[in-house]
Amino acid sequence: MTSKQTQQFLLGNEAIARSALEVGVHFVSGYPGTPSSEIINTVIRYADQADVHVEWSVNEKVACEGAAAAAFAGLNALASMKNAGLSVALDFLTHLSMTGLGNNGGSLVVVVCDDPDGHSSGDETDSRWLGRFSYAPMLEPSGIAEAKELVRWAYALSAQFDCHVMVRSYTRLSHASSSIEIGTIERKKVEAKTDSGVSISPYLARVKHAAALERLEKIKALFEQTPFNSYEGPQAPETIIICSGSGYQCARDAVETLDLEDRVGILKLVTLWPFPTAFVAGHLARAARFLVAEEVDPYIEVHVKGVLADSLLNGKKVLGRESGHIPPYGEITPDRVTQALADIQGLPTGSRPAEYQKKLFEQADPLLLGRGLAWCPGCPHRATFWALEKAMKRDGRNAYLTGDIGCYTLDVFPGGKFQQNLLHAMGSGAGLASGLGQLHRFGYTQPVIALCGDSTFFHASIPALINAVTNRSNFIQVVLDNAATAMTGFQSHPGTGTDALGREAPKIDIETFCRSLGCKVTVADPFDLRQSIRTIRDLLKEDAGVRVLIMRRPCELLRMRREKAKPFLMAVDAQRCKGEECRICTSQFRCPGLIWDPRTGKTQIREDICSGCGVCADICPFDAITSEEVA
Amino acid sequence: MNNGKDPINAVICGVGGQGNILVSRLIGRMLTDQGYQVSIGETFGAAQRGGSVFSCLRISRKRLYGPLIPEGQADVIVSLEPMEALRQLKTLGNPEVCVLTNTQTVFPVEVLIGEKAYPALDRLESAISALSRRAWFIPATDIAMDIGSPIVTNIVMLGALSGSGVLGISLKEAETAVRETVPHAALEMNIAALNRGYRETAD
Repeated sequence: MTSKQTQQFLLGNEAIARSALEVGVHFVSGYPGTPSSEIINTVIRYADQADVHVEWSVNEKVACEGAAAAAFAGLNALASMKNAGLSVALDFLTHLSMTGLGNNGGSLVVVVCDDPDGHSSGDETDSRWLGRFSYAPMLEPSGIAEAKELVRWAYALSAQFDCHVMVRSYTRLSHASSSIEIGTIERKKVEAKTDSGVSISPYLARVKHAAALERLEKIKALFEQTPFNSYEGPQAPETIIICSGSGYQCARDAVETLDLEDRVGILKLVTLWPFPTAFVAGHLARAARFLVAEEVDPYIEVHVKGVLADSLLNGKKVLGRESGHIPPYGEITPDRVTQALADIQGLPTGSRPAEYQKKLFEQADPLLLGRGLAWCPGCPHRATFWALEKAMKRDGRNAYLTGDIGCYTLDVFPGGKFQQNLLHAMGSGAGLASGLGQLHRFGYTQPVIALCGDSTFFHASIPALINAVTNRSNFIQVVLDNAATAMTGFQSHPGTGTDALGREAPKIDIETFCRSLGCKVTVADPFDLRQSIRTIRDLLKEDAGVRVLIMRRPCELLRMRREKAKPFLMAVDAQRCKGEECRICTSQFRCPGLIWDPRTGKTQIREDICSGCGVCADICPFDAITSEEVA
Repeated sequence: MNNGKDPINAVICGVGGQGNILVSRLIGRMLTDQGYQVSIGETFGAAQRGGSVFSCLRISRKRLYGPLIPEGQADVIVSLEPMEALRQLKTLGNPEVCVLTNTQTVFPVEVLIGEKAYPALDRLESAISALSRRAWFIPATDIAMDIGSPIVTNIVMLGALSGSGVLGISLKEAETAVRETVPHAALEMNIAALNRGYRETAD
């Protein structure tokens, strides 16, 4: 074969991979599983020519995290898996739909290959529900040439709407072959970069949910118009076969076999979520009978019935979340149902007298302040984030922090320091860092630091860490080890040495575990700020391999339960406190045990709140905060 | 109680960690013993780290109500912090509501760091008074510290609720519920807190 050849006999999976390569994909990751494996295999064949990063990831979640990280950095990425694997990736992908891909112009296409009939699978799970479930725009090709075109379109959609796009394949596409037209594979030059000034986090669930819905509405408008959805057949057919994917080829065979070309039409759908309701409604007017040919579940059938219902209701109305009578995000409340019912019944709402509402507006509103969450006084995480900030600042290379779910998530709340740049599912800190840490070939120079806790280390960080080691990624994994699953109420985990009933249990040691992976492991005490800052700086300088830093200090709530007394008695020396011109302790360290007193213009210790950890004495540049050891 | 209104909607609110959940469960148990059907709606989790927290109690002789109180339909608000009382009035208040609030303030982070100013207590008190039929202001944290620990602030407020008579909970019932719940070592302090709170509001 020569490069001038424009027709090639390709497997469906090869066509999908080929399309991504022609678009200029930079980062490809996946986990093998029939019928999806040949997608990655194909990319591997072209890896040198296309200068693309390709990896077999440890699992599908980590594959998606790595690919998403590349997209955040402005690259084009592809993740592939079989249907069973989508369930593994879903925790991350549901969060990803809430954040989008950021503003660096990157794109991500997630290809999932279903296995109807379970030729090589334990189940024939239909991924299309999960596309809808995870708020992902979803396309399903009906043949190999169309697959190639749709993957290209998926990349365009992903870049345009800053969200990942799902392409659903299936055995009879992935493992079929035919001759299709091919283009050229050219490496698209990009400069990979991430913006450390922008946090991409779904942790405003209702707001992000509303934004994701709005994005899907815009995409739906495009899907209503696309020529990929098409009708072929007579103007007034007796029956229309509505189909997608393999169903389309089967429908054509059936019509031909029965010689019904003049009496039966075929409506082919490739945009399956958001469902093109208006387009479908237009064609439903043509006939009285519809046969839906799809695999495996009645996904299209259910949606078509929904479209049809509107025309059959004869003036009856079904109202709710979809109609907008109840907002499509947020929980259901008596007030929301009351409001909707009042609207429908033409009744006024507002149970409270106008006079009372006026008083609320005049007397309550001006006094109410928000109440942001904050780390407890004496929390070791506050000290760790302090050390991270100082070390990253002194390092000066715009280090990028990928976060995790636990008490350290409070970093993105008002009491925190807003240092985590990415925050998605549990364990995603390590998975995203695994991706970012492999972008050097694309000019990525920012150091990457991933966070996790001790419990979340075991929950989902381990596979990502293994992925990072085996794929030669480069980042620092910080384990904020407070010997507790603190946020949820001190449940046991594999590192606590106890089981759910409080009995002694085998204790898995994080340090030994990480050393067995071949990682360099350092242990530091967050309360020793100077040493912690130095350690982080040294680890940043190393700039190679996966370095694990365990910041070890038990949760203050645990310590208090055991010891009941403060280790130090803290005081502020008003003579030394520089007041307004400094305020580092209150405005930056933000421990609830310290308060800015506007009357005196100095910081004060709140005796009743202060845990006596002593750390603030070390952050005061003027030695104005003093600690006295409690005997 | 409450002139036969049914359901009675009560709110127990405060800042995460102040013990509002214990109070709402004690009240729930007492009223269930009185023959009411009670459901409690709570928010916990991340909010325990310094956020606003509240429990809703729906109390009825007719049926078991859902755990959320509709807008403007609270009958009683018991708050462990004054601004939190006002926050609940904002969504659930009405001219007939009774409020019992601790007067000890808990500053939000933004106030601690000097970015925002916490309003003067008398302004909060006058707003709460203006937005309720009757309001009781109780120095519950001071009382609790006087007894031995701020940890029993919530029980002082339970005593105050009993003394006010608004939910028809007798001191004896409250004492029985506390005895059945709190650990033996802390019992004396809790009973003292209950009695001191009761005396604050009993006519």
